[in-house]
Amino acid sequence: MTSASSHKLDFASSPINQALTPEGKIELLSQMIRIRRFEQAGLKYYQAGKIGGFLHLYIGQEAVAVGTISLAGPDDHFITAYRDHGHALAVGMNMNECMAEMYGKQTGCSKGKGGSMHFFAPDKNFWGGHGIVAGQTPLGLGLAYGLKYLGREGCCLCYLGDGAVNQGAFHESLNIASLFEIPVVYVIENNGYSMGTSQARSSAFNGCLAQRAEAYAIEWDVIDGSDIYEVRAKTHIAMERAKKQHKPTVLEIDTYRYYGHSIADANHKKYRTPEEIENYKQNHDPIAVFRRRLIEESILTEDQAAAINKAAADEAAASVKFAEDSPAPTIADISTDVYWESDHNTEASKIGRHFFND
Amino acid sequence: MSRILTYREALREGLDEELARDSNVVLMGEEVAQYNGAYKVTEGLWKKWGDKRVVDTPISEAGFIGMGIGASMLGVRPVMELMFWSFHSVAFDQLVSNAACVRYMSGGLCNCPIVVRGPANGGTGVGATHSHIPEGLFAAFPGLKVCAPATPADAKGLIKAAIRDNDPVYVMENTLLYGTTGEVPDPADGDFVVPLGLADIKREGSDVSLIAHGRSVIHALAAAETLQNEHGINAEVLDLRSIRPLDQEAILATVMKTNRVVLVDESKPFGGVSAMVAMLIQEHAFDYLDAPIKRVCSIDAPAIYSPHIEHEQLPNPNRIVAQVLALA
Repeated sequence: MTSASSHKLDFASSPINQALTPEGKIELLSQMIRIRRFEQAGLKYYQAGKIGGFLHLYIGQEAVAVGTISLAGPDDHFITAYRDHGHALAVGMNMNECMAEMYGKQTGCSKGKGGSMHFFAPDKNFWGGHGIVAGQTPLGLGLAYGLKYLGREGCCLCYLGDGAVNQGAFHESLNIASLFEIPVVYVIENNGYSMGTSQARSSAFNGCLAQRAEAYAIEWDVIDGSDIYEVRAKTHIAMERAKKQHKPTVLEIDTYRYYGHSIADANHKKYRTPEEIENYKQNHDPIAVFRRRLIEESILTEDQAAAINKAAADEAAASVKFAEDSPAPTIADISTDVYWESDHNTEASKIGRHFFND
Repeated sequence: MSRILTYREALREGLDEELARDSNVVLMGEEVAQYNGAYKVTEGLWKKWGDKRVVDTPISEAGFIGMGIGASMLGVRPVMELMFWSFHSVAFDQLVSNAACVRYMSGGLCNCPIVVRGPANGGTGVGATHSHIPEGLFAAFPGLKVCAPATPADAKGLIKAAIRDNDPVYVMENTLLYGTTGEVPDPADGDFVVPLGLADIKREGSDVSLIAHGRSVIHALAAAETLQNEHGINAEVLDLRSIRPLDQEAILATVMKTNRVVLVDESKPFGGVSAMVAMLIQEHAFDYLDAPIKRVCSIDAPAIYSPHIEHEQLPNPNRIVAQVLALA
């Protein structure tokens, strides 16, 4: 982890962070805490059998989503893989629709049709939530291509994990991004373990994963994901490059997940030591680091921090109740949202047979 | 007034008209722009429309098809050429997990108005890797639409319908049809669009129904002439044109009229389009059948290279005639 460096720069003084008001800084902390409390509630009810499928927790990585998405302008767009709860809340989706989606309820953001891995909010420029490793990387390219095609000043932040960097689709996307000058920023959230195979056992590289961008003539940088100021400062540069110069960037944000690849990952205590996890919690947890920082800056008191924590926990608890009380989809719901034309009952949808049930 | 155009020219005219109609339509693919298209379908369009509207991509099917899907979610309408539909396999995740499912997984918040087009056929001596015929494969994914035009007019009309559709549509063309000719309505006579989901009787008949799509329609028409001239059998030829949505009504109507049916399908026998059509006929027209449903598919092996024998692996007029004569 680069965060172990003892002579790291202080990014609080970068212009983009200088521009933050005290309220803005507290908002960043609150967003990170909201994500953590939401996921802790999700974990509790997943383990209670209320939530199906997989549960890929973002706990430990919160500064990445919150820091990067806090930089968004009106035409900046976001797309990620299956570890998507943090990004969803950071773009402004509410806990109710997200928890209800995990519960598989009609009131979920995807009406219970997507689940934990497939949250979407196009009205908030959030395009999912994608289940196949690196499958979203050409889509992020396309969103950014679309912005350029339509003449809109914006970029797409496309998140991927360290395990995704070895997929062909990602490399194809990097080549096209550079060749066509596409305003996309690839954000590798490097939590070190792919699924259960460490970076050292899965990736061939020189200094770091992001350096692979050099092969495609793309700018790159490495970021300490435990420091939200650094995340913002360096991501801002990449986003400006995308928007002003139509040039892509690859960012590698070193981060850490406390839990397994998913909660179904029974081996997550075998491929790393308890000491390693404890060290991260003590010294690199993005929430603990930023909380201490804001108290040092005299922006936040312990009491305020506790109040933020309680509000987030209450909001998460309320989202559980909302999800519990919401109706499940009906059998009829299975057959909607398949075709746009059918959902809109257009002339085209009335010609020929679209569905082949008995 | 109709004009005589090649299938290739008709497709190109359809693409050109849609480029003119909607500034969000963009053609992309390998060699589609400066090279004028590997099969010259897009010839002249780059010169006319320029770099923004007609885009040469690297040989990266997952990359550029995924890019088109992402752009379509923002309202761009990419029409992407696969040099061969056989290359679908390197973009399969994008074609099925993303294009077919993104609307569903978002609970209807997204849609994906893309077209992927290119040739999907055997018969050109290029061996198994370049001779896949995946219309049945993709029609099996809810969320996708698939069509396979057999004539120049249908090629133009269907490509235009595909581009205007707000769902992903995969258009399966045929390299052996690109040079064939036929009447195509004059643009001066109005906007010519063939809706998806509408089959077309290409030959009226009363004794047996030949149901086909793509180049198999041309073989079925040739077989029908032989059946008429040499055996006194009057065959009806129904061209499905669209695989999904599928014109079940037209399928059942011809079966109820002739009471005998041979399905002609260039796919392999296991699964596929003709298997689905056979299922629908037995379910909805069982009492109208005077004989078992028979099929002429490609012989069940990977596509053979040898030009001496390749045409015998595929449906052809002789095989169709033999199958009709074998019906009780």
